[in-house]
Amino acid sequence: MKVSLNWLKEYVQVELEPPVIADRLTMAGLEVEAVEQRYNYFDDVVVAKVIEVRQHPNADKLSVCKVDTGGDDQIQIVCGAPNVHEGMFVPCALPGAVLPGDIKIKKGKLRGEISAGMLCSAAELRLDTDAAGIMDLKGEFVPGTKLDKALNLSDTVFEIDLTPNRPDCLNYIGVAREVGAFCEPEKKVTLPNFTFPKDKRDDISIQDYVSVNIIDPDLCPRYSAAFLIDVKIGPSPFWLQDKLESIGLDPINNVVDITNFVMMETGQPLHAFDYDKITNGEIIVRRAGNDKAFTTLDSKDHKIEPDMLMICDGGGPVALAGIMGGENSEISDTTTRVLLESAYFNPVSIRKTAKKTGIATDASHRFERGADPEGTVNALNRAVSLMTQICGAKTAVDIIDNHPIQSDPLTINLNVDALNIRLGTKLNSDEIKHILESVDFEAEKIESEILRVGIPSFRVDVTRPEDLSEEIARLWGYNNIETSYPVIAAKGRLLDNKISLRKNIRQIMTGFSFFEVINYNFINKDSCDRLNLSDQDRKRDVETILNPISDQMSVLRSSMVPGLLDTMKKNLSLQTDSVKIFEIGKVFLGTQKGSLPEEIEIAAGLMTGSRSAQSWYSQKIDIDFFDLKGVLEGFLYGVGIQNLNFEKIGNKDFPYYQNGFAAVIKSGDSQIGTLGRISAKVLKNFALKQDAFVFELDFKSLQALIPENITAEPLPKFPSVSRDITIIVDKSTAVGSILNQMEKIAETQSLIEQISFFDLFEGDPLPENKKSLSFRIIYRAANKTLKEKNIKKLHTNISNTIIDKFNADLPE
Amino acid sequence: MEHNIIDIEKQALNRIKNAENADQLEQLATRYLGRKGVLTGFLRNISSLPQEQRPDAGKSANLLKIKLEKAFKNAFIQFETLEDEDFAGIDVTLPGRLTQRGSLHPITQVADEICDIFLRLGFDIAESPEVETDYYNFEALNIPKYHPARDMQDTFYVSDNIVLRTHTSPSQPRVMEKRKPPVRIISPGKVFRCDSDVTHTPMFNQVEGLMVDKKISFGDLKGILTTFIHQFFDKHTSLRFRPSFFPFTEPSAEVDIRCVMCKGKGCRICSKTGWLEVLGSGMVHPAVFENVGYDTDIYTGFAFGMGIERLAMLKFGIDDIRKFFENDIRFLRQF
Repeated sequence: MKVSLNWLKEYVQVELEPPVIADRLTMAGLEVEAVEQRYNYFDDVVVAKVIEVRQHPNADKLSVCKVDTGGDDQIQIVCGAPNVHEGMFVPCALPGAVLPGDIKIKKGKLRGEISAGMLCSAAELRLDTDAAGIMDLKGEFVPGTKLDKALNLSDTVFEIDLTPNRPDCLNYIGVAREVGAFCEPEKKVTLPNFTFPKDKRDDISIQDYVSVNIIDPDLCPRYSAAFLIDVKIGPSPFWLQDKLESIGLDPINNVVDITNFVMMETGQPLHAFDYDKITNGEIIVRRAGNDKAFTTLDSKDHKIEPDMLMICDGGGPVALAGIMGGENSEISDTTTRVLLESAYFNPVSIRKTAKKTGIATDASHRFERGADPEGTVNALNRAVSLMTQICGAKTAVDIIDNHPIQSDPLTINLNVDALNIRLGTKLNSDEIKHILESVDFEAEKIESEILRVGIPSFRVDVTRPEDLSEEIARLWGYNNIETSYPVIAAKGRLLDNKISLRKNIRQIMTGFSFFEVINYNFINKDSCDRLNLSDQDRKRDVETILNPISDQMSVLRSSMVPGLLDTMKKNLSLQTDSVKIFEIGKVFLGTQKGSLPEEIEIAAGLMTGSRSAQSWYSQKIDIDFFDLKGVLEGFLYGVGIQNLNFEKIGNKDFPYYQNGFAAVIKSGDSQIGTLGRISAKVLKNFALKQDAFVFELDFKSLQALIPENITAEPLPKFPSVSRDITIIVDKSTAVGSILNQMEKIAETQSLIEQISFFDLFEGDPLPENKKSLSFRIIYRAANKTLKEKNIKKLHTNISNTIIDKFNADLPE
Repeated sequence: MEHNIIDIEKQALNRIKNAENADQLEQLATRYLGRKGVLTGFLRNISSLPQEQRPDAGKSANLLKIKLEKAFKNAFIQFETLEDEDFAGIDVTLPGRLTQRGSLHPITQVADEICDIFLRLGFDIAESPEVETDYYNFEALNIPKYHPARDMQDTFYVSDNIVLRTHTSPSQPRVMEKRKPPVRIISPGKVFRCDSDVTHTPMFNQVEGLMVDKKISFGDLKGILTTFIHQFFDKHTSLRFRPSFFPFTEPSAEVDIRCVMCKGKGCRICSKTGWLEVLGSGMVHPAVFENVGYDTDIYTGFAFGMGIERLAMLKFGIDDIRKFFENDIRFLRQF
């Protein structure tokens, strides 16, 4: 909400400088977002003295003037005003000036004569409504003086960002009350005259012209109305237009301007109907029911739902209650009789309707936050007075104030001790009473430590003692409350081991040259298709966002893979051709309707490009499956997981991997995740032309496998002996199966310490379908140094078993 | 014999002179002076000499030993000096065989830093779901349907009743439903709002905090958050508490710090106010306690929340929040 300081001063005698006011308002909870000078647009408008006036050679109605604007040379300006004469002082807009209405002043030629500025009328400068001629400043000025200085014009406009709990400050009186509370000494608000005008038509009663029937008092607890005749619609006087413009409202006509003015002044929205367009003068306040459509005064058609509150006449709806009037009952130039509404509507009802119809007005903004239920008549009286003064109107002798649901004034008993505990203050009841009274609460001490506080009707945000604690805290000053430190028991809880596991994974992966990424949880709605998922795939159960930012971000991810592939693509396009990334985050699988999706934490990663860039010691080598597998082995063993197994999987269950180039990762019986090469088809779907290797690990499975304790093994006392076995087998024989077989033997042989695979050879001189594999066995005894004879038999046995089992040959 | 020792000396000195490097010299030293060396052998054989020759032979052998030791020592020194002077060596400016580190995402780093500060203050970490019911995201936090406060957060809906959480605050009722006071938790995580421009991404990260016990005061809130700000930024950072509004706290406070860019003079970053809003906080609203069954006569507490991106942007001087989710490695590499 915008607040003009000049206007504000009509309600509170504030003498503080604008920056101080802005700061204090902010620190009172009314955050000032911007402080602007109202007359900024006078930066390039100066006082000019007309030195010479001559007839324009090519235009009867124009004059060519020489004016003194304080510069070394006089300047020439073409002027069309009839009242221009030599010796007069006038406002002159120089080239570069931007006048209200976004009129930009430039140097140019008018009918062949140079014109280097504009002599302005008062209306053009928004200083009056007079547009008949240029503004005669009368009196003596120094040419070149800036106009705002010369006329002593200044106003500061505060832009206040009000929180939704403070509808009481959506008006000048409310802001003035706050400002008064922080002035020193405190100042009370000067209220405008809210009495009904004395000048009224005693012979006319509103009762004879208007009836108000509230059918749905739950949505409209109060409806006040006034009736005016002899209304002359026209432009508002300058002071009124000026006030509205100072806060960015456009003047429309006197009646509408008055309703807006009173709303800004009091916070009570008003609506003026053209009485002659209201059938039988009958006002019926009811839910829409069967009414289906309504055209608001901005000529827009709206769909109406049965629960929306409408203001109707005998013929049907005439206003969308509290939000906007109807085209059918709008004030026009020919209006002479006005029915003025000042009502209190249920905030939730207004908000629902405003949301559904998509209309947000100054009125709905106030009603949905909560207007003052006791404020309708004051505002009505104020508006009626102004209409009699400004629009030549005569008011009926009385008003209607239909108030079917009245609520008792709220009082709250405030316990001073509880308040001080909550705030950490040591305020006494007198101090509290004083603070509360500064913003018009009534406080009375009823027991030594209990205050009974009367809540003003406009403070709809205050309903319980804790709300008062905020009032007291903010007015006392948050920064005057002493900082303290809570005393806490030295009793901690154990941290979930997932916190340390995540940290551990992150440390290891970054040590392995991987960059951590964070992708959006939402992915493209066609991601499942792009991943080539089958129709039955569980990952197809995605949760769809009803109001997404875009199609690209419209479903919750059920896999980390699309995000990783997109990130890879982005980096390739930015000329980073080797990408190693990982991400720890959640995927989401839909469950039954109406319940929360399953959230599964995943650690995933991607590698693409080269293992090592070309360098002085190495050729450029492309990343392959075993680079990624090595990373995973390093990191899984690194976090303490034992007994890893990699089992080859086809692309049936994981259709985004290339068939035969992927594996599930297991530790014992527990499946941890998968890794593999992304299939050519899926690469294409993601517009990628470079091989990508991806892993996804289930975080919960990892967590379950992390050993709780580490027990240190004693170090061996005797040296080990190592022996190799080299065999030739079919290419299809998996190294892992041979290793498994050897491990099986090792389980029964305490001398075997470690078995490893270290060489693979294929090609000439071996036959096409054969490969040579070399294994190393390390033997060690706990109690002696092994000799050849201790292991010879065992080693031969192992060798023979393997040769037998895998149909292997020994090399020649 | 006499002749013999002279020969040995001649030969040895000659060889020392001709040795090409320290290794050869080492071998020579062993050969002449070692346990099985020539000189040791000579001395051992003295017993086979006639009695009268023995003292002289022994004497000259011992003299030779001293002489050779000195010669070797000098020769070694010579080689060492030579080695010291030989500078050809290797080209140490060749790039090393680099294993580049990756990096933790700046958001992770800042989140960890925030969490670590609160862990040191005796808080626990408690996480809660990213997809949340309307109840936990709003109603339990005293934000009924059709409350204007819902406008403060543009919500993504999955269904009428299920939303992407708009803040980490649902962790408050979720934890309090399960635990009795005292409660001290922080809850980091992703949150979502239907908003996308230079200063907003539809997903961002927050850390929520909650402390409930007997007699927890607004002063305590100030104490804990001041400690946090001083640890996260630096201990000279000035801060102020400013009244604000959150439906689930009463009183509510925004925490501003002196602008880290202009030190309070006013700049673009702080919209010329000299202050930067970094935290939302307040005393837990009694309605929230009532929703989880805490006795509002006995317990009070405070809650706070902060945007991790905002803090990371201040800490690292990042001007566009979208950078965090573009995952450009050239950006990530810097952290």
